[in-house]
Order: sequence, then structure tokens, then C-alpha cells
Amino acid sequence: MLLPPAVFEVSDAAVRFGEVRALDGVSLAILPGECIGLVGHNGAGKSTIVSVINGGLTPQQGEIFSDGTRLAPYGIGVARNRGVRCVFQELSLCPNLSIIENTRIMHRTLGGFGWRARARAIIAASLDAVFPGHGIDVGDQVGVLSIAQRQMVEIAMAFSDAGQPPRLVILDEPTSSLDAGLATQLLAHVRRFVAAGGAVILISHMLNEILETASRIVVMKDGKIVAERAAGGFDHAGLVKAMGSVATHQATARRSTGASQSVLDLPMAKGQPFRACKGEVVGLAGLGGHGQTRMLLALFDHHAPQWWPRRDPAVTFVAGDRRENGIFDRWSILKNMTIATLSDLSRRGLLQDGAETARGATWKTRIEIRTANMENPILSLSGGNQQKVLFARALSTRAPVVLMDDPMRGVDVGTKQEVYGIIRTEAEAGRTFVWYSTEMEEMQLCDRVYVFREGVIVAELTGDAISEHNILAASFEGTAA
Amino acid sequence: MRISTDMLRIAVPVASLLLLLAGVFYLQPRAMSYNGLNLLFNLAVPIALATIAQMLIMAVNDLDLSMGTFVSFVACVAATYLHDTPILGVLVLLGAIATYAALGVIIYLRDLPSIVVTLGMSFVWGGLAVLILPAPGGTAPEWARAVMISKPPLVPMAIIASVLLAVFAHLLIMRSSLGVLIRGVGGNQRSVQRAGWSVIAARASAYALAACFAVAAGICLVGLTTSADANIALRYTLLSIAGVILGGGEFTGGRISPVGAVIGALTLTLAGSFLSFLRISPDWQIGAQGGILIIVLAVRLLLNRLESKGGAR
Repeated sequence: MLLPPAVFEVSDAAVRFGEVRALDGVSLAILPGECIGLVGHNGAGKSTIVSVINGGLTPQQGEIFSDGTRLAPYGIGVARNRGVRCVFQELSLCPNLSIIENTRIMHRTLGGFGWRARARAIIAASLDAVFPGHGIDVGDQVGVLSIAQRQMVEIAMAFSDAGQPPRLVILDEPTSSLDAGLATQLLAHVRRFVAAGGAVILISHMLNEILETASRIVVMKDGKIVAERAAGGFDHAGLVKAMGSVATHQATARRSTGASQSVLDLPMAKGQPFRACKGEVVGLAGLGGHGQTRMLLALFDHHAPQWWPRRDPAVTFVAGDRRENGIFDRWSILKNMTIATLSDLSRRGLLQDGAETARGATWKTRIEIRTANMENPILSLSGGNQQKVLFARALSTRAPVVLMDDPMRGVDVGTKQEVYGIIRTEAEAGRTFVWYSTEMEEMQLCDRVYVFREGVIVAELTGDAISEHNILAASFEGTAA
Repeated sequence: MRISTDMLRIAVPVASLLLLLAGVFYLQPRAMSYNGLNLLFNLAVPIALATIAQMLIMAVNDLDLSMGTFVSFVACVAATYLHDTPILGVLVLLGAIATYAALGVIIYLRDLPSIVVTLGMSFVWGGLAVLILPAPGGTAPEWARAVMISKPPLVPMAIIASVLLAVFAHLLIMRSSLGVLIRGVGGNQRSVQRAGWSVIAARASAYALAACFAVAAGICLVGLTTSADANIALRYTLLSIAGVILGGGEFTGGRISPVGAVIGALTLTLAGSFLSFLRISPDWQIGAQGGILIIVLAVRLLLNRLESKGGAR
């Protein structure tokens, strides 16, 4: 054989969760010096194959090889010794520990006297290599970092070398919390790493990133690999088609209806004030972490009394960081969905079971939550479907205003289109949406866009003026304001 | 310079301790002496040890409701077996520590609420203590007695013991690899697991370490009181929890501070003396102690809020 042996190979792996076939006979080999782009819908089995490779999940069927030898038994420890590193979709550092201490946790071999100095050197070197000029103090507690900084630390952690060099790095949606500049730095580092003989599996919903970075693209659907080609063999449209999702039709901005009945106001300490009208979709744009989330929280606090809930809620909130602010881990899908509308579903203080089940069934079909039974635990759903449940929770309330904090993080193209459709219909029916997103395409769906920079609204764009160019221009200092 | 979160976390307990100390000295200037300080803080040493033990359990997001009965049990063992037949006594205590480690494993493996398990165990420990010592009595081991009543020059024993305990616990829990691992389990168990560590081992060692500190608390207590009874330390359960919280720890998330916990224990002990000096009747003292606790926690909440306002990016 001319090819070098695969760094890692999964052969004919199958995983079932009850009725659901998460993986159905998947074989995948990763060669050194290769970056595999892994794409697919939510629930296509990407996260499952990642869990199999990193040893967190033992497939009911299938074998695992590394460097030509079969690994059995296989587990997290074996995977780490083989140089498999993983950055997960949800943040997985210990928030109560410093970055240095997290490095100690990640590298089991680092122990012994003076480990702090060694850990500091290792993580600082890795951060400098991946994100030059990152400005993060490695002595800081992870809990005080912003989401983007945490993600940077986590990525740097995966590429760090403490005697056991990383050989296969799996990046699951690594750029979802990073702004464009940081994402570029990361992808550049991935290319360097691959050029030096490392292997990378890159999972991303940003198809451009996959097309630009990967050397081979693997498309998954319903637990199977449905297409596998060298990167040159795909273009944007071809990839979307291979995933079998709804074709992305060009997003169009809705025109302002002219209704100017203001439903939401917030004077800002500096810059322009914020205002939203009935039936309007207002976008909050700008680089990540420039005050958009804080503004959404301020809006919520301003309109939702904390002491005594109002009979008719004024605002409802869809969180982007679902693990932290969204879901109740131990509850069923149905309970997670109806928690916001319990008073609507009860009579004389008692919850009407029938009404609750009916409400669940309606929304299950309306937004296509992929589950056999709404009584299943919420964690049995894939990430995108969990997010759909959070949408259903907010949209099923009677609140006239919906605040959305980057709600589409890690949601697949098809689901996004469905949700966009729902938002548009709801807005036409008179609901107001305030929508923070880092994706330009979503800003184009808005009637009006406020651009943030350093915690202040620096520009207001309406109608045709909402364009990637104008938003970027306003987001960066000194160019235009 | 930015004040680190840890610094702020420790600032409130230190300030409240100093404030109470100032109050006590103002009311009773004679307390400002070698003997006075020793008397004020004597009983704080076993409480501080029990607080560190509770803190280790809280570091892995659990809560130990059997702390008081366990310390009582240890005190009974120390006053009987450890005094009469030292080898048997040591074996019994080692067995108790092993039981704690096993509890940590069972709670994790069966996904049981620690509160329920330890509440159940509190009856077991209490029952064993009564079996060992049906009526108050027994004799403290001479060495324990000797250590506890020793009078080192310049600084009283109680202060030296507290400082040593704080330093030792800080090194063990905040600086060592094992401590990082235990706090990591409290912070994000899954990420610890994903890094290839055994969570079972980490939890077992947290519980075993906690038991070691609790055993030390029981022996210290007997050294001070010279004899034991089965109910000698019942109030330690709540005192230890309050001490951890007062010292800047939190119930979940592995956010703890050993130095703060020792200071918290000292503060709680001092609060009792302070109220006596104020001539508040014992009937009201528990309520007043609760009042002090609420005030300190309110101040901490306020500081947290200020900090998150200032530190927001």
C-alpha cells in the first residue's frame, strides 16, 4: 500500500439509542496530513461519530484501528494516549478553575512538583500559536472569561502538547462563538497543523469554512455517510444538495410596514437609543461580545418584573447558550417546552394534562421536533432540536416581544429556514422580534438593524441599507459610523 | 490593578472576623491577652477541621448532613478505644475513613442525592456512638490532651493550630494536583471524565480526605473536653456548612476557599462569645447568630453584584 496507515480508522460502526439509529454502519479513515470536513444536518450522526472516535461512546458494532493496529478495548484513556483531542460544541472547561489548572486536568501526565509553571508555559505557547495577540491572562479563572475567550482557550487546549503531541484534533463547531478575525486565525492554524502532518476533523455549519479548509469532505445523513469527495469536488450548492436539506434561497429583507407604534424602548447611556415597533424584526449586529447580549438582558429586566409575574408577559427570551441558560437537563421535552406557559395551561392552579399534551403535539409537528415521544428526556435530542424546543417555548407564550440571543448557534441550514419562516409569519401577525446574531444572512431578514461597537449603538440601518458591507463598515472603528 | 475574584472572595470573611474581634475587644479588653485569645478560639479548632471536611464534600457538589454525628462518633472512639487499645482504635477510625470513601463511590455510581445518603448515615454514626459510649464519659488519649492544652510561647495554641490548618488545607486543596482534580469534578465533571481521569477515584479521595479532617476534628474535640458523649458535636453539621458558606464557598460549582473556611469557622465561634459579652440571653443567641450570618452573606452578595458590574466586558 502506498498510503501511510491511517492515524485513525473506524470500521462499520453502529450505535443505537433505543429506537433511533444514531450511526448505521459508518466507516471512516483519517490519514496524517488530512483535514476532513464533516457536514450534515442536525441529528445526522456527526456528534455520535465524534463520541465514538474520542472513546466516550462504545459502538454496539464495529472496530476501531489506529496506525494499523486494532484497539480493543477502546476508551477515553486509550484515545488520549493515541493523541486524539476534541473540542466539543458546548464549552467543556471547569469554570471554577484557572486556565492553568484546567490545563492540568486536560493533561494527566503533567503532574509532579512545579506543574503550575509547566502548565503555564504549555497553554501560553499554544494560545500564542493559535491566536496570536489573544490578550488572555492564563492565570485567570475560566468563569470570568467571555464565551469567545473560553472557546479560544478550549481550542488552544486541544492543540497544546504536554509530552503527548496531538495527532488527531476534532473540532466540533469551533467557530460558533468566535468572530470573523478569530475564526480566520483558527483556520490558518488548522492548515499549518495539517501541513505539519497532523490530522483534523472539522465540523461546521459554515460551509465556506469547510470548503476553504478541508482537504476531503464527508457528508452524513441519517447516521450514514452519503457522500465523500476531495474538497475540489464540492461547491457550496453541491454540498447543500448532498446534505439533502432545503436549498438556501436568498434571504430577503422585509420592508418596514410603516407601523410606528413603539412597543419597546431603552434609552442608552451613550450612543443612539433603542426602539422597536409592533410587528418589526429588529436585528442587533456587530462583532461578537460588543454589548448585544447585555442589551437584550437589560431589555428583559426592564420589562419582566422579577418580584411578581405579570398575567400577560411583555417579553420572552430565547437563549443561545442552551446548556447554561436554556434547558432543564433532567426534564422531558414536553416539560421543557411548556414551562413558560404553565398559567395558560392550568385551571384554578392545576395543570391540565390534556391541554399540555395537546400543546406539545401541536408544536412538535409545527417545528418538526425529531423524537418519537415528547416525554423523552430533553438530552435525548440533538443540539439543534433542543434549540427548536426553546423556540417553541418562547413562541407559545402570549408575549408580544421575543428577545433572541444568537438562537441559531449550531443549528443546521434546514432548521434555520423553517425557523426563519415561523419568525416571518409571527412578525406579520404583529409580534416583535429583537434578534442578536453573528450571521450576516440573518441580519438581512430584519426590518431594521442596530450595529453595536464597544457596548454602544453606532449605526441604524433600514431596508436596503442592511448589507454585509454596511454592517461591517459600522462594526469596525474608524471606517464609517 | 485588577482585584482577582479569589481576593474578593476572601475579603468578606476576613473583614467580618476582624470586625467581630474588634467588637469583642471593645466589650472585654481583657480578652486581648494570651489566655483570652486561647479561650476565645479554643473550641474553634475542631469546628475549623470539621468545616474543612465539609468543604471537601461541597467541592464535589455534595453536602454532608452526617458531619456532626460523625465527629461525635470519632470523639467517642477516641475517648474509649483510642485511649484503651490504641491499635484497635486506629483500625476503627481507618474503617470509618474507608466507609466515607465507599459512600462517595456509591453516591456517584448510583446517582443518589448525597443529602439523603448522609442523612441516613447520620443515624448510623449516632447509633454507633451510643453503642460505644451509652453514658457521657471516657478519657481522652494523653497525647491529644497534651497537644490541645500545650502553651507555646507568644502565640496561643488555638491560633497556631488554625493558621497551620489554613496553610495546610490551602496547599492540599488549592495548590496540589489532587486538589485541582477534586475541584474540577465540582466544576465540570464531564470535562474531567473526558480528559481520561477516573471520577470515581476523585470522589472517593474527596470523601476520604474529608473523613480524615473529620477524624482530626473529633480527636481535637476530645483533647479539649477530656471526655466524650454521643451527642457532643451534633451542632457541627450546620456550623460546618455555615462556615464554608461564610468563608466564601458555594454549594455548587466547586467554588471553595480553604483559608476562608477556617476564617468562617473562627467567625462563627467568635460570634457566640461576642453575643455573650453583649449579655444577650442564650435564648436569643442562636437567632442573633443567624442574624450575623445573614448580614455577612448580604454583604458578600452586594460585593458580587458590584464585581460583576465592574468586571463585565
